[in-house]
Amino acid sequence: MIQDLLIHLVFMGYAIAFMLGLATLFTWVERKQSAIMADRIGANRCYIRIPFTDIKLVAWGLFHGIADGAKMLLKENFTPTTYDRFCYNLAPWLAAVPVLLVFAVIPFGGTLVPGNLLDIVPFPHLAQPLKDFFGARSYQMQVARLDAGILVVLAISGVGIIGTILAGWSSNNKFSLLGAARAASQMISYEISMGLALISLVVTYGTLDLNEMVRYQSGILYGALPTWGIFMQPLAFLLFLTAAIAENKRVPFDLPECESELVAGYFTEYSAMKMGLFMLSEFIEIVVVSALLVTLFLGGYNLPWLTDAGFAFPNGATWAMPQPAVVLLQVLTFTVKVVLAGCFQIQIRWSLPRFRYDQLMRFGWKFLLPLAALNLVATVFVRWMNL
Amino acid sequence: MEQASPVRSYLEQTANPNNVLVNIGPSHPATHGTIQIIAELEGETVRSADVHCGYLHRGFEKSAEHHPYHKIIPYTDRLNYCSSLNNNFAFAGAVERLLGIEITPRCKYLRTLLSEYNRLADHVTCIAATVMEMGAMTAFLYLMTIRDYIFEHLNHLTGARLTYSYVRIGGLARDLPEEWLKRLEEILLFYERYIERIHGLLDRNRIFIDRTRDVGVMTQEQALHWGFTGPILRSTGLACDLRKDIPYLAYPELDFEVPVGIKGDNYDRYYVRMREMDESVSMIRQCMLRLPSGPVSVNDPRVTLPSKEQVYTRTEALINHFKLIIDGIQVPAGEIYLAHEAPNGELGFYLVSDGSERPYKLHVRSPSFAHMGGMHTLLEGYQVADIIATFGSMNMIGGECDR
Repeated sequence: MIQDLLIHLVFMGYAIAFMLGLATLFTWVERKQSAIMADRIGANRCYIRIPFTDIKLVAWGLFHGIADGAKMLLKENFTPTTYDRFCYNLAPWLAAVPVLLVFAVIPFGGTLVPGNLLDIVPFPHLAQPLKDFFGARSYQMQVARLDAGILVVLAISGVGIIGTILAGWSSNNKFSLLGAARAASQMISYEISMGLALISLVVTYGTLDLNEMVRYQSGILYGALPTWGIFMQPLAFLLFLTAAIAENKRVPFDLPECESELVAGYFTEYSAMKMGLFMLSEFIEIVVVSALLVTLFLGGYNLPWLTDAGFAFPNGATWAMPQPAVVLLQVLTFTVKVVLAGCFQIQIRWSLPRFRYDQLMRFGWKFLLPLAALNLVATVFVRWMNL
Repeated sequence: MEQASPVRSYLEQTANPNNVLVNIGPSHPATHGTIQIIAELEGETVRSADVHCGYLHRGFEKSAEHHPYHKIIPYTDRLNYCSSLNNNFAFAGAVERLLGIEITPRCKYLRTLLSEYNRLADHVTCIAATVMEMGAMTAFLYLMTIRDYIFEHLNHLTGARLTYSYVRIGGLARDLPEEWLKRLEEILLFYERYIERIHGLLDRNRIFIDRTRDVGVMTQEQALHWGFTGPILRSTGLACDLRKDIPYLAYPELDFEVPVGIKGDNYDRYYVRMREMDESVSMIRQCMLRLPSGPVSVNDPRVTLPSKEQVYTRTEALINHFKLIIDGIQVPAGEIYLAHEAPNGELGFYLVSDGSERPYKLHVRSPSFAHMGGMHTLLEGYQVADIIATFGSMNMIGGECDR
């Protein structure tokens, strides 16, 4: 019992650190990547001076994330005169918390057997207490193991939009209201295509459990390809990617907050850390969307041919690895994949101009939705033929 | 008599009460603090728009009446501050015409070259602002890089990045520094490399085309009716360009085309500007090849200061120097209207002189001001997002619009 609690506390800590850490990292990646794309140097002004010396640690501008946070926290918290102070204060939290919750159901590693963790250390007397304490217990590396994981993802990510709408409504500003209205309609039109794309994925995998989905993706297709979602359902991958970026409210789908028309959209009237929460939730959302993409389509924590016992190559060769090394490799794989998927989203954001509201609606309803429906019908048909 | 407040929009009275009035500007990220667009929105559609300009009014025309001719030059910098040299040259051209001065061949070619060079910078800025307001940040930064190179280069020549004041009545402030033309060729090559990227990022980009094609459409009749000139008029298909129609400076001797659009929408305005920049580069190269040697300023005691050597050795030169500095340039009585093709369109100076050293009246026919008169027709019936895109493609410059 106490062991379960301990392990889950560790998982929760890891999940939160993972999201906040990567979100901060992405603010830096966004700056640097856009700078490289536009032939600039990028952020390099923040540094930490080692006390009593003149040595300044610039670290490629990595400290800008800290400076951002400090700035947000120290700024004047200006509040407009609004008739709905409660909703105004609630909105940033409603936008930020659901994003964090989604990550609870995402598996970020394979099976962890804590008793075996110190097996690679050559001193048995160190490993023995751990073995005694945990016994043969094994855990899925996931905060909440739910067999309806994908439904939880859809349900919770849908709540986030309420924060946006509340923010726009309670700000008492026409630009905010326009942004909120755009966000609401955008969300509805993309959630449906996203849901349909996910249903075809569920039909393929035959499960709603994200952990099972990842396990399914460890298989081999046609002898060489891993059975990743991107190979099993390429169209669903594109649909989900599009819808996910639209959910994320970033260019080319950043209509709710497009700075040139709506000043800052739904969070125009927010300042200091309230505004910081919106910004932070946007970057956490990049992490979460990337994590979802990785889990659903890019094999999750799987490396091709890596099993719980080590590598098993298609030509029959095997390379056995101790369990802790496999776990570490899986966690690393997951992290690297998430970072790469996030960089890809940033690449899109800095390459394309943004849509217009009516074009976005047309794109969502008249292009993505029929495609998603067709994809679902085709998937079901193929599945039925194979049964 | 009860008078309507001039700062309140007429839409407050006439708008449909079910629609929302949104006040875009002057404190809005896309309006540069210089213009106010009051839009009546039905959902996201603009039903009617009321454009208020005048937030950057500085009384240029009145100030000019109190300054000697050569002291007006810095004021003209601030008209269209994206292309100060074009304003400089148009103003100097008007004064010189009234004085009956023929500038030297080298000055003529240099002014042509610099006009085109600054036109390049102006168009780059306009396109950059337009695409940035559509969210294409990387394209914006590429274009800004080009502009920054040009500004640094002009800084080397004139000593300022933006307000050059490089012209003098009857010539130019100084001749080209060494190596300036060599660097110019480097920048033109750099421009060509970067503008390729812009073409690649935007020309066939579906989102960009959707945002600009058939948006803010202006027919040729409408454009003529509202007095539009420059790239906006040419984008409607009319090849009307003062450089061809009433050739001035060295333009008659240069080989160039006047690009025109088909529909007069935002995409055409973008593309006409892109093509014009290529023409400008070609013209700059022609000017570089044909640049004559010789003095840059006329040898005319009425307008040009004598050389320092003469001032220190000859009484007449000393007196001439003092008369020019203290009394200024005496322009014979008369009136003149002279227009140059500025990057935004016809930039005309109407100058009335009573024979003194100050203009009796100086009126500026600024292209932006005429464009603002008809801008609401480009906004009505389109979406809120199109207001910003269309407004960007009009290249409204507060300095010259509000004067």
